[in-house]
Amino acid sequence: MGSKQIMNETDMKNSLKRITSEILECNQNNLSTLALIGVKTRGEYLAKRIAHLLKKWEKLDLPVGSVDITLYRDDFREVVELPVAQATEIMFPVRGKHIILIDDVLFTGRTVRAAIDVIIDFGRPKTIQLAVLVDIGNREFPICPNYVGKSIQVEKSSFVEVKLKEIDGEDKVILFTPEGK
Amino acid sequence: MNLSIKHLLGLEGVSRKDILLVLDTARSFRQILERPVKKVPTLRGVTIANLFFEPSTRTRISFELAEKRLSADVVNFSADASSLKKGETLIDTARNIEAMKVDMVVMRHAYPGAAQFLSRYVSSVMVNAGDGAHEHPTQALLDFYTIREHFDRFRDLRVVIVGDIKHSRVARSDIWGLKTLGASVAVCGPSTLLPRYIDTFGVDHFTDVEEALKGANVVNVLRLQLERQTSGYIPSLREYREYFGIKKHHLSLLDKNHIIMHPGPINRGIEITPEVADCEDSVILQQVTNGVAVRMAVLYLLSQNLRTATEK
Repeated sequence: MGSKQIMNETDMKNSLKRITSEILECNQNNLSTLALIGVKTRGEYLAKRIAHLLKKWEKLDLPVGSVDITLYRDDFREVVELPVAQATEIMFPVRGKHIILIDDVLFTGRTVRAAIDVIIDFGRPKTIQLAVLVDIGNREFPICPNYVGKSIQVEKSSFVEVKLKEIDGEDKVILFTPEGK
Repeated sequence: MNLSIKHLLGLEGVSRKDILLVLDTARSFRQILERPVKKVPTLRGVTIANLFFEPSTRTRISFELAEKRLSADVVNFSADASSLKKGETLIDTARNIEAMKVDMVVMRHAYPGAAQFLSRYVSSVMVNAGDGAHEHPTQALLDFYTIREHFDRFRDLRVVIVGDIKHSRVARSDIWGLKTLGASVAVCGPSTLLPRYIDTFGVDHFTDVEEALKGANVVNVLRLQLERQTSGYIPSLREYREYFGIKKHHLSLLDKNHIIMHPGPINRGIEITPEVADCEDSVILQQVTNGVAVRMAVLYLLSQNLRTATEK
């Protein structure tokens, strides 16, 4: 397996800044009903970073939640070992909100499908918009992100690993590709 | 993380790791119960049969709710409607139900070991919902969840189980599980209601309530089956209440940090006075709520075994 860094700390910082300003631009009229929800584990930290930027720039204090999709997976009886189901924390009413759903990597779209289902079980949001740090294509579901940090097309057998300071001690994104490609 | 057991037949011999996995998983289910939509799609397409060969309201409803909140399909079968009365054997009943393509079986039966026995003859995943005076693992797991919710540990906790230890499946599951988790366990009851082999459990035992309760963190008060009087185990309910009923003045004997538990249904004024049952240290209703979450966790974790079962 060959590996290549496709984002460093500065790239990640810039991407998140751009995503944040795009979110602001597209939601000028929804600022009072905006909420952020990150997909566990790394999406949750990205959501917190974006919330932090919004607070710094616009003094916006947005509700931030997180979803765990383990119980909503469609492959739960096919994978050999499941992660322990974590808590979903959405401590604000979802009804009528404009939700920015945030994840680190967008691949098949199955995680996003599950995350949308979790959110809908909490109520009927006005909109759900999707922000991802890296989009690596190969969608299996009709899902399209609204805000993308970096978009690359890769082989189906490749995968991307996002490292975040909060958990991994460093900020970077690495692309793994099978040997010989 | 997967459980290392295929069925949940009892807690004797179940590892600390497995118990903690159930409790950790139950935490996320507990929080689902507070949502507007109290349902997750996890067990969609899985069929679960609840075979209750012995009357039960709370455990059956708790299991049924847990199953429905996981989106499983549920069939109920209770003793009075059963073909047992027509002379069918347990194995035949279970095989027939299995032939209807049921994936998991939750069973309550009056015979100790009934669930274990059936698990050898059917390929469904089996959950013991109480087998005679043997074990009631999900009740014990919900007790552990409730204890952990309050104390966040098991080590150095003193748990006292008071009542009819001899006939109690809850006591047995509690003792085995709590010892695995590292708590110190004591039992207390009239000597006629303490099993003769109590020493083999490695727990302290008392016939004096005040002695037993000293410094306890958890008091688990067991239900006194009223028929124990007619069968001669206790002289009278009044005497039992006098000597073994938990009353308000007992609370001062306990450790400052303590909770009162009861597996239900309560005989108010016999094994526990209403003042104690309703006091602010009583977690009896929390136990009931936690029961649904713990059963969801058990069914969810065991359902991972269905994958291999269907591949066969």
